[in-house]
Amino acid sequence: MAASGASKNVIARYLPVYFVLLGISALEVFIAYQHFATGSLLAILLGLAVCGGALAVMYFMHLAQESRSLFLTLIPATIFVLLMMNMIWSDSFRLLHMRPFAR
Amino acid sequence: MSNTEAAIHAHAGALVEASPYAIPSRKLTMWLFIISDAITFGALLFGYGYLRAASSDWPTPFKLTPSILNVMIMTVVLITSSLTMLGAVDSAKLGDKPKTARFLWSTILLGVVFAGLHIREWIGLMDEGVRLFQNPWGSPLFGATFFSITGLHLLHVISGVVAIVVISRGFSRGRLTAGHVETVGLYWHFVDLVWMFVVPIVYLLNISR
Repeated sequence: MAASGASKNVIARYLPVYFVLLGISALEVFIAYQHFATGSLLAILLGLAVCGGALAVMYFMHLAQESRSLFLTLIPATIFVLLMMNMIWSDSFRLLHMRPFAR
Repeated sequence: MSNTEAAIHAHAGALVEASPYAIPSRKLTMWLFIISDAITFGALLFGYGYLRAASSDWPTPFKLTPSILNVMIMTVVLITSSLTMLGAVDSAKLGDKPKTARFLWSTILLGVVFAGLHIREWIGLMDEGVRLFQNPWGSPLFGATFFSITGLHLLHVISGVVAIVVISRGFSRGRLTAGHVETVGLYWHFVDLVWMFVVPIVYLLNISR
């Protein structure tokens, strides 16, 4: 019975995070149907996705309860690699307009 | 135990290095796998963004019904499966095998429902003429990127379901521990996390107006 009660508690403890994640998903759909420019829409949706992802990592995956050294090893390195991938955009936009590289 | 054996055990104990992050090695390995997989999905999504930004005729085929509604249901199903997985991990740590099994099988069921909805979405698009390198609307690379990203995610879901079935049976029979349940739980939450980025980038930026 004690085990059963504790399991109910864990569900109840994470229900706020669950509902916030569902709320973020619903908000994303609502915003997608507003008339934003594609760039602005991408920025807003990515911002919301990062918030949802951070909640999932910190609370569902319990990274908030692990040692700080694990967080500092994993997260900054991942963010660094993902940020470095952003260097492709200028070439992507050049392709759209078929502009040659400046000499 | 003889004095010699005791000395050997003490020496071996001194050679075992403490975990640098105070977690079991299997959990650390899963974290490292998750990071590498996150970068794989990141690269795919950046590649998708590259092609989309470079194409003037990128298709925007997703209507509210059936596609976006289907995606919303899939999102609810997947986030709910993360909640049941949390219950499974907690029950396993408390040693409550029947409850762990119920939570794990609920997660499996939700994973199967998600995969079924995903396949229904694919079939709907294929009926409209979307193929890997052609579609009726615009840039032929739409299908390649869409099926690659959602297909890799679907593969992760199916792999996760299979892994949870194996872990569930092993835990019920006493061959596996709560640590195994926790490790597969980490993987399952990661699958949920990836979906949170796939939905806005692949679906919501391409809604039909």
